Amino acid sequence: MAKATFRIWRGDVNEAQFVDYETEVSEGMVVLDAVHRIQADQANDLAVRWNCKAGKCGSCSAEVNGNPKLMCMTRLNDLPLDQPVTVEPMRAFPIIKDLVTDVSWNFKVKKKMKPFTPRPPDAEDGTWRMEQEDIDHVQEFRKCIECFLCQDVCHVLREHDLHDEFIGPRFFVYAASLEMHPIDTENRLEELKDSDGIGYCNITKCCTKVCPEHITITDNAIIPLKERVVDQFYDPIKKLFRVFSGKA
Amino acid sequence: MASYETFNYDVLIIGAGGAGLRAAIEASTSDLKVGLVCKSLLGKAHTVMAEGGVAAALANVDERDSWRVHFADTMKGGQYLSNARMAELHAKESPDRVRELEAWGALFDRTQDGSILQRNFGGHQYPRLAHVGDRTGLEMIRALQDHGIHQGIEVHMENTITTLLKTGDRVSGAFGYEREKGRFKIFSAKAVVLATGGVGKAYKITSNSWEYTGDGHSLAYHAGAELIDMEFVQFHPTGMVWPPSVRGILVTEGVRGEGGILKNSEGNRFMFDDIPELYVNQTADNPEEGWRYTQGDREARRPPELLTRDHIARCIVREVQEGRGSPHGGVFLDIAWIKEKIPNATEHIRRKLPSMYHQFKELADIDITEEPMEVGPTTHYIMGGIRVDADSQMTCVPGLFAAGECAAGLHGANRLGGNSLSDLLVFGKRAGEYAAQFATENGNVPLEESAIDEIAQHVLKPFDNPEDGDNPYEIQAQLQEKMQELVGIARSQESLTQALEEIQNLREKANNVHAIGNREYNAGWHTALDLDCLLTVSEAIALAALERRASIGAHSRDDFPEKEEPEAGKYNTILQKTDDGTMAIRREPVPELTEEYQKIIEEMG
Repeated sequence: MAKATFRIWRGDVNEAQFVDYETEVSEGMVVLDAVHRIQADQANDLAVRWNCKAGKCGSCSAEVNGNPKLMCMTRLNDLPLDQPVTVEPMRAFPIIKDLVTDVSWNFKVKKKMKPFTPRPPDAEDGTWRMEQEDIDHVQEFRKCIECFLCQDVCHVLREHDLHDEFIGPRFFVYAASLEMHPIDTENRLEELKDSDGIGYCNITKCCTKVCPEHITITDNAIIPLKERVVDQFYDPIKKLFRVFSGKA
Repeated sequence: MASYETFNYDVLIIGAGGAGLRAAIEASTSDLKVGLVCKSLLGKAHTVMAEGGVAAALANVDERDSWRVHFADTMKGGQYLSNARMAELHAKESPDRVRELEAWGALFDRTQDGSILQRNFGGHQYPRLAHVGDRTGLEMIRALQDHGIHQGIEVHMENTITTLLKTGDRVSGAFGYEREKGRFKIFSAKAVVLATGGVGKAYKITSNSWEYTGDGHSLAYHAGAELIDMEFVQFHPTGMVWPPSVRGILVTEGVRGEGGILKNSEGNRFMFDDIPELYVNQTADNPEEGWRYTQGDREARRPPELLTRDHIARCIVREVQEGRGSPHGGVFLDIAWIKEKIPNATEHIRRKLPSMYHQFKELADIDITEEPMEVGPTTHYIMGGIRVDADSQMTCVPGLFAAGECAAGLHGANRLGGNSLSDLLVFGKRAGEYAAQFATENGNVPLEESAIDEIAQHVLKPFDNPEDGDNPYEIQAQLQEKMQELVGIARSQESLTQALEEIQNLREKANNVHAIGNREYNAGWHTALDLDCLLTVSEAIALAALERRASIGAHSRDDFPEKEEPEAGKYNTILQKTDDGTMAIRREPVPELTEEYQKIIEEMG
């Protein structure tokens, strides 16, 4: 059986470095398999998050050879195994230990957003009628598995550390899934403009490129939201209307 | 005591999959203080992996459907060992539980007239599964999560409960640790709901994640609750078999619901060769009729690929054993063939089964719109579990409730696909409601503090064990090998007796496993602690399987290939911890069905 070297980030906030582990690799293996094998045989206390191992839960996010990836969906035969494979935690979040980062900020951000608020039901049995074609685009957003790789790669968070002023691509997708939901009645545009910081996004599409669910984050979620914000707050006629009607 | 962080709740929910979240939401409607503890991050629980759909007799696609038909289908699928009252409540209440998800933001696929679309699934007479492509579980858990976070529930993510605390006979809280720092936490509670899911990690080939170590089963058992029908472990017929690293990952039954067929290496649709007596009248007798059924022809009967999971799994094993398997020890599941039948088949498959397309393309280099998949059985679900009252979901331990996969009763000897997600919602809600009621009516219960230091010491033991003690992963792997080999699809007195001996041996080794490193996010230490639960449920499964000397539903005995006589087979196996700490087993007859239930089954079955 062939062997390969995995250069894995070990340590915590105080001290950490790459440690090389050599392990056997076999057909069809993914990076998470190699990490598990190393954990079982050589480093029992290695910290790594995972659950479904099938790209459905978004737990095993990491940076493999510098690229934000789900470890469970990254095949070893797509990587050059003649050199060490580096595996490190997401860099946009504080490290807890080894490959595990503190992603609690994401959960706090979501909790602050205005929740889904449906219009009264359409039918007497308490249900709504929606055309499939009207929900297709929202279903695209709802494919999100909350792996936070889009957050990891976004330079506003990763390089500028603007976590207090900017909610990141994941939550623009979430906002879009609510704003474009056919039966939602809430308006979230003011928050998007102000506290959520949608203006910081300069549409480099890095988030779209790393999304393991292939959600077209920038084109289908962020740009339409930016347009709605512009329509509501910067359209001169609407602005005049607001001045005269007293709606600031 | 002073050294432990303590949290006080009216209702404590352990587990944050569909059942736990639904229970927490329900309990929180009553102004009570609700705590929710889960081993992973919120939204990552096993429910997220459910694919095909949630079963509810909404009758949106076929108006002939009703709770009565759903009830009859569930009872028949469970070989009439189910708790009939649970099957009734489940069939009656699941439509409301699905509709309510829509009020919380879930977006199911739609019918032409804009209602919730429903699809065919094994054992369901009519299209009954509300779904979102093949990612229904994600939609469900996200809807519950996004609604739940605004209900004032306190969530403790990445925390593991090791022990339930009791005061006298009554449950009074739980002891656990948080993964991040390894610190201990004490949760005091007036009522506790277990919603911890299943036991798949006791087996080598499984669709289940690391979390599925039977925690709830084990916690309840050690607290004095009864476990029933633990021999009924569902081996889902279609898991991936190649490459080795993905062996066991689920391939949704939705593939067959959409027209996928099973073939052996000779190209034969072998499922036509073996149709159980109970289902002959409901099963197509030729491929054309089966195809018409999947396309919504109301006159057609369902193809044999949509028979119950227990039966299909056994047929696949037979094909492989008799030399007609696929190259890697499975059989072929073909959805690409529908190109012969419909235009734009490629697009259709990718729209109906997007995550299957994705999964095979990325993990196995297989394009399912072009070539067949290789599939074989994988440990998927446990029908058995904690015995609960049908209406309230309370166990025999006052204040202790259970719901979802860790509870038992609804599914009997075999679960129908789609009945799990509905189970979570219906009985999650009920558990939350009745736990809240119990908390309100019974008031505070003081913790018995004297026991806690001892528990803490036990939890730290793996660090104190000698350094030459076994590697916890090694013991876990050995247990999985043995359970797979000896307590798998085909069982016998010999294999089960041997399994119980092996489990005993492994228990001794597990007592001495050594954890390296410190308490911070230490996966080896966590694995060492999970072994306790895994060994408890493994023993329960093997003991119950030894007791049932017959083949019925998901339980197959090579030495007793026939079902028991109808009357003799009508019992549940019941496990309980004795005073001396051993596991005792007994049988209890399944209560006679009421005339009303019998009538429904005759009319609808």
